[in-house]
Amino acid sequence: MTTTTAIAKADRRTVSGSTPGAARGPRRPGRIRRIGLPYLLLLPALVLELLVHLVPMVMGILMSFKALTRFSIRDWSAAPWSGFDNYKISVDINAPAGEALLHSFWVTCGFTVLSVGLCWLLGTATAIFLQDTFRGRGVLRTLFLVPYALPVYTAVITWAFMFQHDNGLVNHVLHDQLGLTDKPSFWLIGDNSFIALLTVSVWKGWPFAFLVVMAGLQNIPKELYEAAALDGAGMWQQIRRITLPSLRPVNQVLVLVLFLWTFNDFNTPYVLFGKAAPEAADLISIHVYQTTFATWNFGTGSAMSVLLLLFLLVVTGLYLLLTSRRRKTADV
Amino acid sequence: MRSIRVAAIGAVTLSLALAVSACGGGSSTAGGGGSNDSPKTLTYWASNQGASITVDKKVLKPELDKFEKKTGIRVKLEVVPWSELLNRILTATTSGQGPDVLNIGNTWSASLQASGALLPWDDKNFGSIGGEDRFVASALGSTGMKGEDPAAVPLYSMAYALYYNKKMFADAGISKPPATWDDLVADGKKLSKDGKWGLGAEGANLSENIHQVFVFAKQHGADFFTADGKPDFTSDGAVTAIKQYVDLMAKDKIIAPGNAEYAQNQSLSDFAKGKTAMVLWQTASATFASLGMKDDEWGVAPAPVRSGTPGTGTAVNSMVAGINLAVFKNTDNHDGALKFVKFMTSDAEQKILNKAYGSIPPVKAAQSDPAFNNQATAALRDTLAKSAEALPQVADESQFETSVGTAVKELFADAAAGRPVTTASVKAKLEKAQQQMPAK
Repeated sequence: MTTTTAIAKADRRTVSGSTPGAARGPRRPGRIRRIGLPYLLLLPALVLELLVHLVPMVMGILMSFKALTRFSIRDWSAAPWSGFDNYKISVDINAPAGEALLHSFWVTCGFTVLSVGLCWLLGTATAIFLQDTFRGRGVLRTLFLVPYALPVYTAVITWAFMFQHDNGLVNHVLHDQLGLTDKPSFWLIGDNSFIALLTVSVWKGWPFAFLVVMAGLQNIPKELYEAAALDGAGMWQQIRRITLPSLRPVNQVLVLVLFLWTFNDFNTPYVLFGKAAPEAADLISIHVYQTTFATWNFGTGSAMSVLLLLFLLVVTGLYLLLTSRRRKTADV
Repeated sequence: MRSIRVAAIGAVTLSLALAVSACGGGSSTAGGGGSNDSPKTLTYWASNQGASITVDKKVLKPELDKFEKKTGIRVKLEVVPWSELLNRILTATTSGQGPDVLNIGNTWSASLQASGALLPWDDKNFGSIGGEDRFVASALGSTGMKGEDPAAVPLYSMAYALYYNKKMFADAGISKPPATWDDLVADGKKLSKDGKWGLGAEGANLSENIHQVFVFAKQHGADFFTADGKPDFTSDGAVTAIKQYVDLMAKDKIIAPGNAEYAQNQSLSDFAKGKTAMVLWQTASATFASLGMKDDEWGVAPAPVRSGTPGTGTAVNSMVAGINLAVFKNTDNHDGALKFVKFMTSDAEQKILNKAYGSIPPVKAAQSDPAFNNQATAALRDTLAKSAEALPQVADESQFETSVGTAVKELFADAAAGRPVTTASVKAKLEKAQQQMPAK
């Protein structure tokens, strides 16, 4: 025990003693090495990124210009080129494919706005509420993070069981116990499926918002609140004038990440509804999957994916532009 | 980066497989044609047939060992769940990184044949396993498009039959199982009371929907494809057939509304629990046993027809269900794969395997075994021999399953919610399904 401590101390001394020496001594790196080293360190990540993201993406874009069906899938590079046909099919809202894509696009937009909004609202409210120290705060914080920690599949399949018409917990509580509905409702088929999907999505997403906002709150100096309290600001005023403005940079990233995750969410609807989602909950990710893999229109599916990617890039770009401009104005 | 990663879901998943194959040298497979580069091993993807993947391994392992002892070829077994099988095959098709031998759902034969990934069973290949004549004709009918060499060989055959709960029938004063749909509806109404129901269904299971409406359509003289393979979903016969099936819930009210969201064989557990009195199913005996139902508690009869007795034409009362065995064209062990197919379709193995799974051997010589003439299997065997027909053997078959299966699922959802199911609403759904079919 003593020996270990002694060695540890000696090590620490050597390290701290050598630091200034290294800066001045002969091991000081040359200009080229100093500039080159970070890139060299980045290289493995760059190569992996290229393989995992860029190569498939370029291939996906190539596929979107090909007439890729069950007949040509085996040797896809030899499939005939089809120009912009796949894109024309995807955006022609007067034809069935385009009409269905537009429908699922609107469903996804509505779903995303509601889910992100509710996640943010719930997450922020809970984080603020748990700022004050009280008995059981730790337990609550841990409990709130459970949905975030559970494997998605396990969590969503459990929800699917709870939403079942005959034996599900949801109908048991709403209908049998509380008597809120005339008869047990269907949650996994028909129009209510949108509510079911939204519920699971918010349940799954808000702990992340909670976590991020909680971290953001730690950075707000306590003095601000003390000063505000002295000036007679109430809780609501403190939240509006101090908490929310201070959280703006955190929220900017949070909302963006939640937006992208929710808009592209595939696991939740797939586990909840299978490969044929009800019309009311036909999210675009499932729609693209169904076009590609269930009806074997690989080229059209790729074109839809590319369109989706472009849409997300434009929205993200606009969002970043707007929020950073607002922040600059605020800084001035 | 996150946006880029998630956005291209369809294309990226697909092309990721391609990227991997490009790295792994899979491009050599593009030209097709197998080899004998690796004569000592085979990879075999078996579909999940038994109650679980573990059960399948227990059934297959000793047989594969037998094969190894006989030929010196080691078989690497992987049991693939149904829900994943088609996507796995597609990935293997595009990447060339697949198994040597694999099980396919027999309704996919023509679709997979179109991709060119499977070894064609010409006279020479069929000759090496004893010739086509060894197999039952109805099973051979679902091995690929007419006029082309089959893409696969039948392995396990199944047919639909009507399973009924003997005690519930006796309690309701019903002396024999219904033979026609009118009888079934009348009996069903007697049985549907006090929270119990006449018939079970899997309304949200697309393939199951297809199997049922295919038979109903046959009974109305309709098909879902024209003779030259074009989709024809909206004919009067097809519309009437689908309405008749969904009406069992919507109008006749002998199927519980809750069945509209069933897709995980919940109707079988309802049956085993005595909540529903009848189910139309293929080879259900093993499942009933695993759910704790004794063999003498249920009976089995031919699935109903509109009138008369089951037979051919409009008296067809089942699709030819079953599993085929296929060889990947780019196998590295062409001769070994053929030997393996010969082994699996041999008379002796056919008896062992089909007994284990409760299915019927598609090999004539094995079918005469008394084990396939008992309570559970006699009706199935007769149906396969006399009154079953294969689903359309067209390249678009798997898309048809998705689009029409989804239409029926949505109609069941309407029925469950109490919305009217009319000829017009059925026709509209089918029109939409037909428009979703890939353009030629």
